[in-house]
Amino acid sequence: MLDTALAGLVNGSSYALLALGLSLIFGVANVINFAHASVFAVGAMSGWWFSVDLDWPLWAVLLGVTAVTGLLGLVINVIAVTPLAKAPPIAALLSTFAVSVVVDNGAQLVFGPETRRFPALLATDNLGLGGLRFGTLDVTILVVAIGLMLVLGWFLRASRYGRAIRAVAQDRDAAAQMGIPLARVQNLAFVIASVLGGVAGVLGGMYLNNISPTVGSTVGMSAFAAATLGGLGSLPGAVAGGLLLGVVEAFGVSWWGGNARTLITFAVLLIVLWVRPSGLFGKRAPLAAEPMTGTFFGAARTVRLRPWQVAVAAVAAYVVPAVALDDYTVQIGVQVVVYAILALSLTLVSGQAGQISLGQAAPLAIGAYTSALLTTATGLDFWLSLPISGVVAAVLSVVLVSPSWRLRGHYVSIATLATGLLVAAAAVNFDWLTNGPSGVSAIPPPTLFGASVSAPLAVYFLDLTILLVVLLLVVRLRRSTLGRIWSAVREDEVAARSSGIAVADYKSLAFGIGGFVAGIGGALFAQQYGYIDPSVFGISVSLLALTIVVLGGLNSPLGAVVGAIVLVGLPEALRMLQETRMLTYGLLLLAVVLFRPQGLMGKVAR
Amino acid sequence: MTVLEVTGLRRSFAGLRAVDGVSFTVEPGEVVSIIGPNGSGKTTALNLVSGVLRPDSGQVTFQGRDVTGWRPERLAAAGLSRTFQNGRVFGNLTVAENVLIGLTPTLQAARPFSRWRNVPVLRWASLLAETAVALVDPPAVRRELADRQAKVATQLDRFGDRLTPRADLAAHTLSYANRRRTEIARALASGPALLVLDEPTAGMNPAETGEVLEQLLELKAAGQTILLVEHKIDLVMRLSDRVLVLDAGSVIAAGPPEQVRSDPRVIEAYLGKRRPAVRP
Ligand SMILES: Nc1ncnc2c1ncn2[C@@H]1O[C@H](COP(=O)(O)OP(=O)(O)OP(=O)(O)O)[C@@H](O)[C@H]1O
Ligand SMILES: [Mg+2]
Repeated sequence: MLDTALAGLVNGSSYALLALGLSLIFGVANVINFAHASVFAVGAMSGWWFSVDLDWPLWAVLLGVTAVTGLLGLVINVIAVTPLAKAPPIAALLSTFAVSVVVDNGAQLVFGPETRRFPALLATDNLGLGGLRFGTLDVTILVVAIGLMLVLGWFLRASRYGRAIRAVAQDRDAAAQMGIPLARVQNLAFVIASVLGGVAGVLGGMYLNNISPTVGSTVGMSAFAAATLGGLGSLPGAVAGGLLLGVVEAFGVSWWGGNARTLITFAVLLIVLWVRPSGLFGKRAPLAAEPMTGTFFGAARTVRLRPWQVAVAAVAAYVVPAVALDDYTVQIGVQVVVYAILALSLTLVSGQAGQISLGQAAPLAIGAYTSALLTTATGLDFWLSLPISGVVAAVLSVVLVSPSWRLRGHYVSIATLATGLLVAAAAVNFDWLTNGPSGVSAIPPPTLFGASVSAPLAVYFLDLTILLVVLLLVVRLRRSTLGRIWSAVREDEVAARSSGIAVADYKSLAFGIGGFVAGIGGALFAQQYGYIDPSVFGISVSLLALTIVVLGGLNSPLGAVVGAIVLVGLPEALRMLQETRMLTYGLLLLAVVLFRPQGLMGKVAR
Repeated sequence: MTVLEVTGLRRSFAGLRAVDGVSFTVEPGEVVSIIGPNGSGKTTALNLVSGVLRPDSGQVTFQGRDVTGWRPERLAAAGLSRTFQNGRVFGNLTVAENVLIGLTPTLQAARPFSRWRNVPVLRWASLLAETAVALVDPPAVRRELADRQAKVATQLDRFGDRLTPRADLAAHTLSYANRRRTEIARALASGPALLVLDEPTAGMNPAETGEVLEQLLELKAAGQTILLVEHKIDLVMRLSDRVLVLDAGSVIAAGPPEQVRSDPRVIEAYLGKRRPAVRP
């Protein structure tokens, strides 16, 4: 009992340090820094390097990590946040997300993907108090964490720059008028936040005993949950949220086992978003000032093809692979097509209705599992499982995300991120249904007119036909009254509501239809591989889908297809390594957001 | 029947009483203006009336129905349209599309079963029917759209050659004044029982302001009921049947324009403590 609580507190203090940084940055820059998790990973990795390779003592390790992560924080702000200060909030969200992908996969290339043992540097089991056993390590972690929090609190209250940070967090415009140097204060906030994150990385690494470049994303997500639980922007909230989440996780893990950790984290996160989005300590702004995506497309009009051009492209898509391409290339084509379907679901949700989803792998996974389980366990025909997969994915998408419709902007994105991770965690944990980590295999291929659709070309024709139907569906929806209503929701929710549009309903509808499309894509995905497991539907799939639509043009159905060809087809054809590929996606996403926000297939009006 | 009746409306933000016990009525065909120094709670009062914010206490009655706490979309559908102080147009939609959005509550063929929209699960029948109709695009929907587009053209014509030649331009390309006009056209399109305007001439030069005044006078002559917030006193004096003066969230004077203008409390509120608000 007590030792579980202590373990939770020790682990939770890492979350608290990370959450403090997130909230500090959110307060000062009004940005959710998705790259913050990577700072933790870099802290852990560089800490490992200093202590193991260079053999530094703990105090020197902490100093070194402070320097490395402080610099990283500065770089993140200068590259990915400051240049986008005037852009709509989604821009900084995407750019910090891109930076996190770049840093994580860059670290993976430098340090190698393997898990390393992090030396404890301190004893872990040498002390006792009452019946409780613990080590110098636990005490050190708690003392360093609490010490840092106190120093931060003192700094914010008593020093000139600390007060400047608080002033900016309270009212940016007023602070600027009073002559506070905003740029410098924001740099400072990023540096402080990142140092806290880096130190958390060292402490967390010692505590967890082993580290890998992906450690950041797991711990980082918990920190998001902690910051949201405490109330984004509230520093006492971040500390309370971190410690509370640490303890809740510790008890959950001791009851249900280690796999349950992610499930608990994201369930907590979603429940907070549903029940009390402002968190334990946060204040909720009563009225949103500006739309999330709004003029992100600013002056962007999508490229429109003439009907005959579309017809030629469609015929070519059927004929060329049939006469000119080998099976391997056709298989790449199949992947391109499935990702294009997934991306089109995002074109509706994010491009048309303006709700940025960071978890579109969720409906894909739900569709894939539904179809796989129905065709293997109940022997249902693929053609019947297809619409069912779409409907199940649609319903679950709506049910899981719709409680966040009362929220706006950032919170919707956090909710979708949590949904994506929750679904993946559920696939691991609900083994009575999903067969757990080992997944579902021997999924039978569909049959058509008595023949099995399993040759690459046959699968390609099937998927391509469905893609064209989806494309038609999306284009028609965009041109309808419904499409116009979604545009209004995307552009300005307050004005839309005052024009008689029930914004929450239309967001739900967009997610429902998007979920349906992604679910269909998932069913095709399952049938074409014949095998699925939870790891197939990780956050990288959601990221890829988002990168595809941002690259192609968030608001362009054609862009989704072009983006899929560029991002799925090319790397596959070039046989790029997974890490290199992710790194490229991240860099591309960053470049597009910074330099060509309208995407490849959007053109600038006038 | 009284169009709008507000009694004892209160709303505070973190201890600040932005609107502190405001009561007034608006009768059919009347133009009622709310004036007051900056930060006196005018916009907040409009937000409370139009459902954008919920009141802490007090009651709002619209056309005889208690609408306190109604969501803005429901109020808009019931005939209360508004514009916003800082201007809120849909930047990437064209001028015509912006106004077309204002007609959303009047759509029937394109939004089947829309009366189910307020029923929990049943609303999905209506939403899915709307999706189906959007995909199929049956003749009834096309006819309805053509009819609404004609209505949009009429609305745009109201502003002479300001908007009509720009109907197919994206709203973000418009001048500030034209964006305000687009917003007014959007609010008027559905033929609202009450038009609520928050500083419609903010940011306009005197010539443009004069133009808007003429248009509002025309509207008034046509019997449109209007609730107006405005800083430009001349416009308020010429247009209003009654004027309400807010200071620090409370009504300090109310009555016909001339009477209010000479009320010593009003002069104090405006001149005594602060300079009269002059907007760029
Ligand atoms: N959403 C909000 N959150 C916090 N405070 C608010 C909010 N909206 C208004 N206030 C505060 O309430 C008071 C009244 O504001 P309001 O915008 O209603 O004034 P106003 O009379 O419209 O002023 P102006 O002439 O400048 O438009 C102000 O002190 C303002 O700062
Ligand atoms: Mg105002």
